[in-house]
Amino acid sequence: MAVSLIRRLIQAIFVILAMTVIVFVGVNVIGNPVDILINPDANQAERLRVIAHYGLDQPLWKQYMLFLQGLVHGDFGNSFVYGRPALSLILERLPATLELAISALLIAIVIGLPLGLYAGLYPNRISSRLIMSGSILGFSLPTFWVGLMLIMVFAVELRWLPTNGRGATAEFLGAQWSFLTRNGLSHLLLPAFNLALFKTSLILRLTRAGVQEVLPQDYIKFARAKGLSERRIVFVHVLKNLMIPLVTIIGLEFGSLIAFSVVTESIFAWPGMGKLIIDSINLLDRPVIVAYLMMMVILFVGLNFIIDVCYTLLDPRVRLDAKA
Amino acid sequence: MVGVILLTLIVALAVLAPVIAPQNPYDLTQLDILDGRLPPGSESFSGLVYHLGTDSQGRDILSGILYGLRTSLIVGVLSAFAAAIIGTTVGLIAAYVGGRTESAIMRLVDLQLSFPTILMALMMLAILGKGVLNVVIALIIAEWATYARTVRGTALVEREKEYIEAAEAFRLPRWRILFRHLLPNCLAPVIVIATMQVARAIGLEATLSFLGLGASVTEPSLGMLISTGYQYLLTGLYWISFFPGIALLITIVSINLVGDRLRDVLNPRNA
Amino acid sequence: MSALLEVRNLVTEFGKGLGLLAVNGVSFTLDRGKVLGLVGESGSGKSVTGFSIMRLLDKPGRIASGQILFDGVDLATTSEGEMRRLRGKRIAMVFQDPMMTLNPVLTVGTQLIEAVLAHEAVPKEVARQRARDALGLVGIPSPEERLSAYPHEFSGGMRQRVAIAIALLHRPDLIIADEPTTALDVTIQSQIISEFQRLTEQSKTAVIWITHDLAIVSRLADEIAVMYAGRLVETGSVAHVLGTPRHPYTRGLIMSVPSQNRRGEPLRQIPGITPAINRLPPGCSFRARCDRATEGCSAMPELSWEGARAYRCFHPVEGPTHER
Repeated sequence: MAVSLIRRLIQAIFVILAMTVIVFVGVNVIGNPVDILINPDANQAERLRVIAHYGLDQPLWKQYMLFLQGLVHGDFGNSFVYGRPALSLILERLPATLELAISALLIAIVIGLPLGLYAGLYPNRISSRLIMSGSILGFSLPTFWVGLMLIMVFAVELRWLPTNGRGATAEFLGAQWSFLTRNGLSHLLLPAFNLALFKTSLILRLTRAGVQEVLPQDYIKFARAKGLSERRIVFVHVLKNLMIPLVTIIGLEFGSLIAFSVVTESIFAWPGMGKLIIDSINLLDRPVIVAYLMMMVILFVGLNFIIDVCYTLLDPRVRLDAKA
Repeated sequence: MVGVILLTLIVALAVLAPVIAPQNPYDLTQLDILDGRLPPGSESFSGLVYHLGTDSQGRDILSGILYGLRTSLIVGVLSAFAAAIIGTTVGLIAAYVGGRTESAIMRLVDLQLSFPTILMALMMLAILGKGVLNVVIALIIAEWATYARTVRGTALVEREKEYIEAAEAFRLPRWRILFRHLLPNCLAPVIVIATMQVARAIGLEATLSFLGLGASVTEPSLGMLISTGYQYLLTGLYWISFFPGIALLITIVSINLVGDRLRDVLNPRNA
Repeated sequence: MSALLEVRNLVTEFGKGLGLLAVNGVSFTLDRGKVLGLVGESGSGKSVTGFSIMRLLDKPGRIASGQILFDGVDLATTSEGEMRRLRGKRIAMVFQDPMMTLNPVLTVGTQLIEAVLAHEAVPKEVARQRARDALGLVGIPSPEERLSAYPHEFSGGMRQRVAIAIALLHRPDLIIADEPTTALDVTIQSQIISEFQRLTEQSKTAVIWITHDLAIVSRLADEIAVMYAGRLVETGSVAHVLGTPRHPYTRGLIMSVPSQNRRGEPLRQIPGITPAINRLPPGCSFRARCDRATEGCSAMPELSWEGARAYRCFHPVEGPTHER
C-alpha cells in the first residue's frame, strides 16, 4: 500500500515536470519571451536590462532551470496589468472559483444521482425515458448559451436573481465566501446551476448505466433471497458498487469543472481565476497565464493522485492487489 | 433518421449561404447602421425583411447565422479530420511497433487526456494567440489523443488476427501492412468518434469565440454572434443571442444523433 | 399433517403471450424435513421452478398460473411484502455460482448481519454474534476475523459455505439449493454436500436440491422429480425412480452416469439435444430423441400414476434398468 502510494507520488512529480517543459517551451520558444516580458514602449536600455534580469541571454537549459526555480518559490513575475505577483493574483481568486465549482458539483450529484438511480431502476417508465432524453439535451446544449438564457429568463424577465458578481460575502477560513450570506447565495445560484448542467447529465447517465449493470448480478438476487428490503438493496448493495466508478468520475470532473468555470465566470462576471485568465489572454498578461497554467497542472495531477487513493480505499479488490 | 435529415439540411444551408442569405454579413457596405437592433420581423428602409432581427451594426441575424454555420462547420470538420488523421497514425504506429515507442506514446496520450479539452485549448491559445486558425490548431492538439488511444486499442486486437499474420508471412512492407491491412479494420470507431468530435469542436469553437479568443467581429461565427448579443441581453434584446444559439444547438444535436446512429450501425466497442 | 410445500400446475412464462413456457404444469409436494431432487438438463426448467417458488424470476419471466402452497399460503399470489418476510426467514436459497452470490464490495460480516437484521429486531451486537456462530457452524475457521473479510478473500468452497450459513441463519423450513456444488472441485463438492446434509437434518429443514447429477440425488434425496422441456416427466421415491425408471428419458439419464457403464464400453448418452422451449414439437417433447417413440407419441401423454410414483409416457420402460 505504502509502496504503491510512493510510486504514484513519483509518477505525479514526473507529470508535473513534463508539463513544466511543455509550458516553458510553449512560452519561451514558440512565443517570444522578450515581447511577453517587456513593455513594447520600453527603450533599448530598458530592454537589455529586463533581458539580463530574466536571464533571457542565457542558454535555454539555464533559463529552464531559472523557470523551475521560480516555480518552486511561487515566483512567476509580476502581472503587467496589475503590477503585482501573478501567483498571489490567482490565489486571491481561487476561493471564488472553488466555491463555484464545488456548488456545481454538489448540484450535479444531488440532481444527477437520484435521477440516474430512478432511470436505472425503472428503465421502462415514461418518466425515465424523459429523463434520458433530457440528459442528451444537457450534453448538447452549449454551456455559455444556456448561461445567457438563464440570465434572460431569471434575471431579465422574471427579475428573481441577480446576474453578476458574487454579491455579499462573509469570511471563513481566511477567505471570502458567497454561500454564507443570503445575498451571496442568490448570486451563486445561477452560475452554479449553469456550470452544473453538463456534469448533471454525465453523472445521471453513468449512474443509470451502473445500475443496469449491477441489477442483473447474482448477488443482487441473492440479497433479495435473504429477504432484504428493496431500500437496503438499492442504497447499500447497488449504490456501494456504483461508488467506485462514480468517485473516479466525480474527482476527474471536479478538475474539469474548474477549467470550464472559465466560461461561466465570464458570463456571470464571477470574479474567479477563470475570468482572470481570459482577461489575461486578451491582454497578453503572460506571467499570469503561465502561473495559471502551472496552477492547473498541479491541481490536476493532485486530483488524479487523490482519486487513486480513494479508489484504493473504496475497492477491496484493488486493496488486495496492492498488498500482493 | 431525424438527425441525418437535419444535418443534411444544415449542411445545405451553410453551403448555399451566399445564395439564400438575404444579405452578405461580411460586406459592410450592405449593412445599414440605422437598421441596428431591430426586432424579428422588422422591415428595413429598402424593403428587406429581417426575419430574425438585426444586431447592433444592422446585420441581419438570419444571414449571420447562415454564414456563421459555414465557419462553425468548417472549423468542426477540419479540426476533427486533422485530429483523426494524426491520432489514428500515432495510435496505429504505437500498436504495431510496440515496445518503448508504444509506452512513450501512450504516456503522452494519458497525460494529455488527464486534462480537459478546454484547458488544453486555452493553453494553446495562450501560446499561439487569438484567431480562428489558432482555434483549429488548438482543437487538433486537444483532441488527437482520443483517437490515438482508441485506435491503439482496436489495433492491438486486430493485430493478433490471422489476416495480419498472413500479410506478415508474405513479407509485405511494414507501412503496407499498417495502412492497407490494419487501418481499414480500425476505421469504424474512428468514424464514430470523429462524428462526435465534430459536434464537440463546434461547441468549443463557439465557446472560445464567445470568450473573445476565436473569430473576430468582422467574420461572424455562431459563438461570435451570441457574444455580441450578450451585452444587449440585459436590456431585453434577446434575439441577437437567442437565434444563433438555437442554430448552434440544433447543429450539435443533429450531429450527435447521427453519431449515435453510426455507433449502433458500426458498433465499435471503444467509442 | 399437510405437506409443507405443494406446487400445483405451475406455469411460468417468459414473454407474455409468446408461449415461451419455461415451466409447464408442474406439480409436486414436499413434506417437512424431506429432500426432493429436482433433476433435468440445462434448460429443462428446473432452476426456473426454484426461482418461481422464491418469486425471484428475471424479467420478463412471471408465474402465469398455478398455485404454490407453502404452509397454506399461496406464494404465487401473495403480496410482495409477505414474500419478503418469507424469503430468507422461512424459505432460503443457495445459488449455483458461489463466486457471484456475494456482493464483492461488502464484507462477509455485513452480508450476514444484514440477513439477521432483515427478519429480527435484535441489537447489532447480537446479530454479529449470530453471524459469527453461523460461520463457525459451516466450518469456517476463525470466524470472528473472517467477518471483516471481503468475499474475494475466500475460496469458492468457502464462499459457498458462507452462502449456506446465510441460508441457514433463521433455520428455514425450506431451502432451495440450485446446483450449489456444480461450480466446485469434486473434493469440495463432497464436503459441502455432507455439511449440508448434516445441517439440514439438524434443523429439520426440507430441501429442494436442483441438479443434473443423479449421483448426488441418490445420495441426498428422498423423492425425485425429473423435468424435461418444462414438464415433469417422472416423479416418485428415489428408490423407485432410480431403481426402475419408467420414462425413457430417466432411463437415459441413469445410463449416462459413468459408473453405470462397464469398463471399455463407450459411454452411453442420450442422442440429440434438449429442444428450445419456443420450438417444441407437438406431443411428447422427448419424442425426437426417444427409441421407443411411435406415431401415438404426437399426442401429449398425461402423468400416469402407479401408487406414489408417476410418469409421462405411452410406452413406459418395464423392469430394472440394467436388464434392458
